[in-house]
Amino acid sequence: MKINFNIEVNNQSVEAIKGETILDALNRNGIKVPTLCHMKDFTPTGACRMCVVEDEITGKLITSCSFPVAEGMKIKTHSPKVVEARKTIVELLLSNHPDDCLYCVRNRNCELQNLSDELQVRERRIIGKKNNYNIDNSGVSIIRDPDKCILCGRCVEVCEKVMGVSAIDYVNRGSQTIIGTAFNKGLNVSSCVNCGQCIMVCPTGALTEKNHFPEIREALNDPAKTVVIQYAPAISVSLAEEFGIESGKDINGIMNSALRKIGFNRVFDTSFAADLTIMEESAELINRITNNGVLPMMTSCCPAWVKYAEEFVPEFLPNISSCKSPQQMMGSVIKNYFAKTENLKAEDIYSVSIMPCTAKKFEAQREEMTTHGISDVDAVLTTRELGQFIKLYGIDISKIEPEVADSPLGTRSTAGKIFGASGGVMEAAIRTAYYKLTGKELVKFQIPEVRGFEERKETKIKIGELEIGVAVVNGLVNAKKLLTEIKEGRTDIHFIEIMACPGGCIGGGGQHIGSNEDDLKSRMKSLYDIDTNETLKVSHKNPEIIEIYDKFLGEPLGHKSHELLHTNYDKRDVLR
Amino acid sequence: MEDKTINILEQYPNSGNDSLIPILQEVQDAEGYISEKSVIKIGKHLDIPSSKIFGVATFYNQFRFQPLGKYHIQICRGTACHVLGSATVLSTLEKHLKLKAGETSRDGLFSIEVVACIGACGLAPVICVNGKFHAKVTDKSIIEIIENYRKENDESEK
Ligand code: SF4
Ligand code: FES
Ligand code: FES
Repeated sequence: MKINFNIEVNNQSVEAIKGETILDALNRNGIKVPTLCHMKDFTPTGACRMCVVEDEITGKLITSCSFPVAEGMKIKTHSPKVVEARKTIVELLLSNHPDDCLYCVRNRNCELQNLSDELQVRERRIIGKKNNYNIDNSGVSIIRDPDKCILCGRCVEVCEKVMGVSAIDYVNRGSQTIIGTAFNKGLNVSSCVNCGQCIMVCPTGALTEKNHFPEIREALNDPAKTVVIQYAPAISVSLAEEFGIESGKDINGIMNSALRKIGFNRVFDTSFAADLTIMEESAELINRITNNGVLPMMTSCCPAWVKYAEEFVPEFLPNISSCKSPQQMMGSVIKNYFAKTENLKAEDIYSVSIMPCTAKKFEAQREEMTTHGISDVDAVLTTRELGQFIKLYGIDISKIEPEVADSPLGTRSTAGKIFGASGGVMEAAIRTAYYKLTGKELVKFQIPEVRGFEERKETKIKIGELEIGVAVVNGLVNAKKLLTEIKEGRTDIHFIEIMACPGGCIGGGGQHIGSNEDDLKSRMKSLYDIDTNETLKVSHKNPEIIEIYDKFLGEPLGHKSHELLHTNYDKRDVLR
Repeated sequence: MEDKTINILEQYPNSGNDSLIPILQEVQDAEGYISEKSVIKIGKHLDIPSSKIFGVATFYNQFRFQPLGKYHIQICRGTACHVLGSATVLSTLEKHLKLKAGETSRDGLFSIEVVACIGACGLAPVICVNGKFHAKVTDKSIIEIIENYRKENDESEK
């Protein structure tokens, strides 16, 4: 039962709930207090002291993010003493911070900038020695610039508590403290899985993704190259936020036309390849179940999860589906099938993808993701970068007409579209497996038990005579828990979907920075609305999927598929 | 070959986080420094990620991450030595060897360690090389001392 009482805030009475923090009580009552190290749903670390308020009874400054409310409490949230303390913290943070905001990717989307503005920092009172550390450029996805780090520790928290990876931690002590990897090695040899959740929580530009604009622009300018682009299922419902449009709004058509205006020769939808993945993956699932294969089968769409498995749980590699991810299937189909239909050589195609994800940059350059020595995908843009790219090319999205994607490789079912949400791959795969095994469609198509943001969703599904157990997890820490149960003997699960990012790819590490839980919910809702409103709900009925099997691939799991759409992974030694 | 780290870890069955520091100390005593390999082994044993172990170890001055040099130079930064100029001695030493305290030269010849008062205040500022004390060092004599060791080494290698 909730016990409520009143506390006094700025001489007014405010309702508080026993057990909550002062910060929660304030926020609920419309009072904002700046925070830096605080993250919702995490244990407070109290590292930054930005959130201090004045306890009027003792006269002390206390951290509102970690202090629980108490009866009889009297606090001031913006007394001169409090504001002065917060301002000093910001001034100290600025004293060793590089002054290169104008050159920073996070310019105008930086919490440090915002705080210094809010607190009216207008002169340089404290002059310190500027940070001078090496930038860690070694990773394929993520760049770390310790100079810009303000040691809030949020990246350390997500890496440990959400991903269970702990590639980074506080290193050294006192004024020497930095966030670093073990032995200050490059991220490339660390256990980092490239999920990019650290970027999502970093208040400054200390963590950013690796950018490939120059290569892409060069290809766009090269008349000898056919430049094609594909976009992941989550992009069309996420891009709006980059332009300040309401979250969750599906701007697929406008995005298509913007991409053409930039100069991409073909615009394809990765959701088509998601349908293709479903054809292969459901066939693989049926094959494993009926032929005593290794179970439970685990999805392979998320490259952060795949790298995690290679490093931390290689004993489960045989469980991971051999299907390439939709990005890579699309890449492979573009360079092998599309090229043929257009009379092009694979080398003449420059293939770009737009992903909500930083790990996809890593995936695209993996050796396993090549066909005859040619990369399936040449460059990856995140959702954020797509926003910047559209602006760079001077396209006013408020004034352009929606267009449809190119065909073939542009038509999708809604099963392919819901891949963007945690549980989507599972639901899409079951729809097709059900049809394959029973010859009938799943009534109503939906599997509500696997939808939503929960860390773990489990259910049993009856397919004809067969009953299979399925589980969906997001956040690699939750994957680890489930895998431990399986190691300890659980056998009632046959198929597991694992996504690294909270809520699945809609919450990916390449998405808009500064979105909140509600924005993520709108993105997810938007995907499922599309599923409700459109009629082509299953991958196996997608006419372009039927066509590509007829004309090119033959059968799911057939010879061509194996050559182009499947791969496998090995144990990976890293400093973990 | 016997593995000193593993031997130490065997003394700590079913241990948790709280054994980390004593283990690190023992490993350093046995091997002279904390190697990457040791960190990985300790991490496996205690189920702690290597970044966390490195984080904890770098918090304390006592741990080093490179093997000791052939000539291990301990320089005292205690109060008496400080008052008589050990700070300049240290910075001269670091500049001369192009090393920071806690590091080892590439050729493996020298390593520097900063220590607190070593109980020879009468000789301040004092340094100790492989157990041998050098008294009242200055930013001039320190270079001489080092170069003498280098000579000694060159000759022994002839
Ligand atoms: S869940 Fe999606 S966005 Fe996140 S790392 Fe995996 S594939 Fe990328
Ligand atoms: S937000 Fe409260 S101490 Fe950092
Ligand atoms: S603030 Fe330093 S890495 Fe996030």
